[in-house]
Amino acid sequence: MVNVRALRILVPVAALLSASLIVHGPAAAGDDDPKIKASAHLYDTYCAQCHGVQRNGKGVNTVGLSVQPRDHSDTAGMASLPREEMIRAITDGGAAVNKSALMPAWSSVLTEEQIEDMADYLHFVCKCGSE
Amino acid sequence: MRIAFIVTAGAGVAALALASSAAPTNAGPAAITEIPAGCASCHALKRPENPTVDRLWSRKGPDLWYAGDKFNREWLIGWLQNPTTIRPGGVMWFQHAKPGDPRDTLDASAIEKHPSVDAATAAQLADALLQLKGDGLVTEGEYKADGLNMTMAKMSFGKLRGCSSCHQDKPGEGGVSGPELYDAGKRLRPDYVLAYTRDPQRFDRFVWMPRMSLSDADLQRLTGYIASLGKEEN
Repeated sequence: MVNVRALRILVPVAALLSASLIVHGPAAAGDDDPKIKASAHLYDTYCAQCHGVQRNGKGVNTVGLSVQPRDHSDTAGMASLPREEMIRAITDGGAAVNKSALMPAWSSVLTEEQIEDMADYLHFVCKCGSE
Repeated sequence: MRIAFIVTAGAGVAALALASSAAPTNAGPAAITEIPAGCASCHALKRPENPTVDRLWSRKGPDLWYAGDKFNREWLIGWLQNPTTIRPGGVMWFQHAKPGDPRDTLDASAIEKHPSVDAATAAQLADALLQLKGDGLVTEGEYKADGLNMTMAKMSFGKLRGCSSCHQDKPGEGGVSGPELYDAGKRLRPDYVLAYTRDPQRFDRFVWMPRMSLSDADLQRLTGYIASLGKEEN
């Protein structure tokens, strides 16, 4: 016999959990996740020059920057950044989200899918999914 | 003619025929049109058929398949005799980056030095390299050297367009992941600077200089500024 009352509670909870897994999937993934590894490699190639080899905003190029790059390891700072804004900034550059124009648009180099994956990767890096 | 141009230990000096389509095994006195095969162990002398991100990580020197579009002959001859570091972090900056505070640093001591050659060899190599051209990538005469407002051009390079994020326009001033540009006026052909700045991905789909949205006026200004660098003493 199915307990209808229990189902009323369990189904929404299960749905919430699965939605959370979809949204926060990469945070639950490890360094060996293929998408995380691929994004990490792209980050090293394109992003780390300003955002740092440790993703902390202390890249080699900060010596020449009047505005300091975002610290992607900053959990609190990153958690307040909407995913769509992240994607827009990577795609169209900092000026497109009213931030520094020193952050260039990467749409000539990264595909839409790679940028989506990069947003997931940043979510993983900042440990924003663990709270 | 033998060219003492050792790139890696044990590298041979078998020649790569460039000008002749027949590629004879013994080209005789036509050595001036040849580049030692050793150069190809570090530099792409032909456009890579399948460029990838990983190729950028594994190559040991910058691509030279469009060297004829890129370099000024006199600079090339001088540099080949007395090579200096153009890319503060080597050809792929990340390979020499170390985490640090207040910022990451580059280990310049780990960057491999380019071998040098004598004056006669440098001239031969320069002439051979200048024959390497990208098919239609650079349009001769596209840069117009007139009406340049140098103050605006310098501002474009700095705050407005952010070139200085990655490139130095004075020694020690500017970013370091890209090649220095403080002697670019001597080194680079302005038409190349304009074409590359407009769309770096036409030269390499994966290179870490992204395409900016620059107007023709922006491109002319930036090219004019870059073309002026290193020429102050002239």
